[in-house]
Amino acid sequence: MKSIRMATLLVAICFISFLLIKNSPIDPIQAYIGADMLNVGSEQREKIAEYWGLNEPIMVQFFNWGSALLAGDMGTSMIYRQPVSEVIGERFVHSVVLMLTAWIFSGVIGFTMGVVAAMKRDTWIDRSMKWYCYMLASTPTFWMGLLVLIVFAVWLGWFPIGLGVPAGVLAKDVTTVDQLKHLILPAMTLSIVGVGNVALHTRQKLIDVLGSEYILFARARGEWGFILFWRHGLRNIVIPALTLQFAAFSELFGGAVLTEQVFSYPGLGQATVEAGLRGDVPLLLGLVLFSTMFVFGGNLIADLIYRLLDPRMREGRSR
Amino acid sequence: MMPTLTLLNKKQRALIVTILAIVFLMIVIVIGVVLDKESISTNLKHRNASPTFEHPFGTDWLGRDMFSRTFMGISLSIGVGLIGAFGSTLIATILGVISATMGKTADRIVSWLIDLFLSVPHLVTLILIAFTFGGGFKGIVIGIALTHWPSLARIIRAEVMQIRSAEFVQISRKMGKSSWWIATKHIFPHILPQILVGFMLLFPHAILHEAAVTFLGLGLSPHEPAIGIILSESMKYLSAGMWWLAFFPGLCLLFIVRTFDMLGENIRILMDINIDHK
Repeated sequence: MKSIRMATLLVAICFISFLLIKNSPIDPIQAYIGADMLNVGSEQREKIAEYWGLNEPIMVQFFNWGSALLAGDMGTSMIYRQPVSEVIGERFVHSVVLMLTAWIFSGVIGFTMGVVAAMKRDTWIDRSMKWYCYMLASTPTFWMGLLVLIVFAVWLGWFPIGLGVPAGVLAKDVTTVDQLKHLILPAMTLSIVGVGNVALHTRQKLIDVLGSEYILFARARGEWGFILFWRHGLRNIVIPALTLQFAAFSELFGGAVLTEQVFSYPGLGQATVEAGLRGDVPLLLGLVLFSTMFVFGGNLIADLIYRLLDPRMREGRSR
Repeated sequence: MMPTLTLLNKKQRALIVTILAIVFLMIVIVIGVVLDKESISTNLKHRNASPTFEHPFGTDWLGRDMFSRTFMGISLSIGVGLIGAFGSTLIATILGVISATMGKTADRIVSWLIDLFLSVPHLVTLILIAFTFGGGFKGIVIGIALTHWPSLARIIRAEVMQIRSAEFVQISRKMGKSSWWIATKHIFPHILPQILVGFMLLFPHAILHEAAVTFLGLGLSPHEPAIGIILSESMKYLSAGMWWLAFFPGLCLLFIVRTFDMLGENIRILMDINIDHK
């Protein structure tokens, strides 16, 4: 049932995004030719249109694209002059490193913050934590990126200002250390911004747990502090937090788009913006589909985690 | 809980915060409207000045006063946010009511639609829609209206479902009142607070997304004094140490968004009849 729903959603997303992009006033041929506009006559334009199949009716174009897609061919990117799947694959490697780092850091830090805030409820720690999280929810991601850039790259000079690799160095001379150096700032930005949600959620969950009777009993037996949390709290809150982190893939992707733009980091997000600005239709379509799959993947894992890890769910099934 | 504030109860506190927030926003909007275009004209004598009393936020590479640009940008953002959030609320209300009242099939279609919009990252949808309309004001407003409704639609659907099965509505129906009468006299007054609060809470997201898309270069045109434009232009000058170009406009945006967020939260408290004056 769920897979059917996903399939219909995917088909609908393909169709709608195709229609949307085709109705754009940005002329793909003009975007393709770019600055050489004056040197290209109307005959040549027609030839280009024919080459890309742009002079056929929209439905025919959609079916051409759709059937090619099913065969695994996503078309050729107009700005990178490479197959879309290759562009996405290449960029995904960069993006996945960035997103994974940020995902882990924001998850761990946010979880810890939430736990500390709940255990120290109504103290100044809790209140400042809450205040910080609410502020974070109102902070534009790209502004946070700019601040990090100003402080760490311009003032302190610890890290390079942008890009994924040092400028003017051949691809084969780029070391892992270089790549790591370029990764730290974007990953840091993304981690800082991603903390809020998990922290607030975990805090609320743990407060609920702490109000329960078995905690009262444990306290009566003399357990307190970290031991109390370790024995009775952790198991109850770790699964919701994990699920939330997986379900937040959509925001993670959105954050990555903005951060990559700030740091000119060569990932999927930057490619999306480039494709949108310069009218690269096949690439934009490919990226929309890819990001959708990414979000679906996250939701699927979140679902599976609940089924596999939560003992209450397991019991419910066997009954 | 908070011993320092026991003088006032929760509702009174919420009322004060609401009034303060509204006054603050009013002042910002008035400043944005009153400032004339004169102050952002180029003035090559005062280029790249760091913040002083005359130019509290400094000036940019064309000598334009950043304070004026920022406040004009904020007013513009609030305007875009207003239209976008209004459109989104309208969609959410219509779809929420449809899915709660028009039977199983309609419910399924609406929930499918919600899934559809939640399965593509918001920012990617916004880029896609902005691309479709070739950028500019129209694209961004439509984009925001089309992407922010799902969560509110769910809330309204649940609310309507609950009221429809409430006893007084059942009795009213048995007594022969028409569906229209029930919808306007029983259901609508109940969901109105939800709609209003939902609208207020959509606002911050709308403003942030507007700024984000504009920052990426797919939103408002570079001639407008929008916050996104200011920040993306500032990127070129940051490496030269001109931090004020990015710092103050972003900080103002943060304050505005936070104020709207607080306003929404406090209006919710004011309208919630379950929180009494104690």
